[in-house]
Amino acid sequence: MAEQKVKLLGFWVSPFVYRVIWALKLKGIDYEYIEEDIFNKSPLLLQLNPIHKKVPVLIHGDRVICESYVIVQYIDETWPHCPLLPQHPYERAMARFWADFAETKLLITASIALCARGEVQERAVKQAMEAVEKIEGVVKGKKLFGGESIGYLDICLGWMSYWLPVWEEVGGMQIIDPIKFPATSSWMNTLLHHPVIGDNLPARDAMIEYFQKRSKDISESDWFEGIIRLHLQP
Amino acid sequence: MGEEVKLFRSWSSPFALRIVWALEIKGIEYEAVFEDLSNKSPLLLQYNPVHKKIPILVHNGRPIVESFVILEYIDETWKQAPLLPEDPYERAMARFWAKFCEDKVLISIWSAFIKQGKEQEEAMVAATENLKFLEKEMKGKKFFGGERIGYVDLTLGWLANLGSIFEEIVGLKIVDEEKFPLLYSWMQDFAEAPIIRDNWPPRDKMIVKFQALLDAAIASSSSSSSSSK
Repeated sequence: MAEQKVKLLGFWVSPFVYRVIWALKLKGIDYEYIEEDIFNKSPLLLQLNPIHKKVPVLIHGDRVICESYVIVQYIDETWPHCPLLPQHPYERAMARFWADFAETKLLITASIALCARGEVQERAVKQAMEAVEKIEGVVKGKKLFGGESIGYLDICLGWMSYWLPVWEEVGGMQIIDPIKFPATSSWMNTLLHHPVIGDNLPARDAMIEYFQKRSKDISESDWFEGIIRLHLQP
Repeated sequence: MGEEVKLFRSWSSPFALRIVWALEIKGIEYEAVFEDLSNKSPLLLQYNPVHKKIPILVHNGRPIVESFVILEYIDETWKQAPLLPEDPYERAMARFWAKFCEDKVLISIWSAFIKQGKEQEEAMVAATENLKFLEKEMKGKKFFGGERIGYVDLTLGWLANLGSIFEEIVGLKIVDEEKFPLLYSWMQDFAEAPIIRDNWPPRDKMIVKFQALLDAAIASSSSSSSSSK
């Protein structure tokens, strides 16, 4: 099974897609990348992921897997060399817990902070920083979340090292204060200098341009209010 | 070997029930610690400082929180009666469907129960769409896990009992037997499985609890709409 053809359906600026790219590259798995325009979804995407209609989608032989963290775990279990998740069940549970925490408490609040302004942005930044404070405690004293080598949690949180600084610039705000969060800042730097991560990132200028437009469109949309109500504490 | 397993739960939480069911299915001895969520114990706050919620599994003094994380931990620590399949692709499918059940099915059905008016109508439409996907996924299996209850069944299990409670309280047919025959049949099979049937809070207490939640939601939505006049 492992030797069957691998394809990845992605979008050039999606941090979720990059989780899968990094996992594949770390394990030295050959794959064909297929770029998808998420604003003009192809029949292929709609056929492969009819429920969510999103990327990333991994195609392995005749198998189709969706959802980035499901895909990363599938990759880890199908190609067990260079393991991403730790061996011990308790360490694995901690990795999964913190990946879920960062997704629900940091990624969402940071993306609200990117798009909102004024009081809402201030609240979002404050709550994002509270989340980073907890992450700081986890990474303190470690080179990487995975220890000496990149692991599952580094991959899941990897967007922080590159997307978050872009969002800070576009949003005119700061979440990662290097004085408040020295361990997190150091980790971000270590990750960016790792060849697999550093050599596999979208172009920064193009990202700035993309998020400038995208954040404006989101802030003007009629569903942004709902996202704020759902994900931001009052 | 001295294994100490404690489960911090409440009497009614469907998230904690997933863990009760998993422990019972695997025949793991554990001590249940019931929490009053309106008056959380210092121990709860110590074991789950980040979310301050139940369920919390404490294994030999080490806490694990978040029901999905706990289920995988249990499955990896105690290998008997596996909850997740062996094959990586089947495991990926189970994780995908469990997340779908949590993020889409549960949210839409909860909204269909707790909301009113247009929001309720929209939630029912979403719930019906989501249930169609689930119905298709059943593919003539007895349980999502196949012949035995598995990870996805435990994730969705709340629906097997709470579904009819919601329907009774709001008078809405959420899982229509004619529209969703496989899902309906799954609900019966799951609810009647001995471990599930013996580990479900009393129905009358649940009705009182969820009626109270609905009443509170209606009261707060009508007071906010009247104050905007």
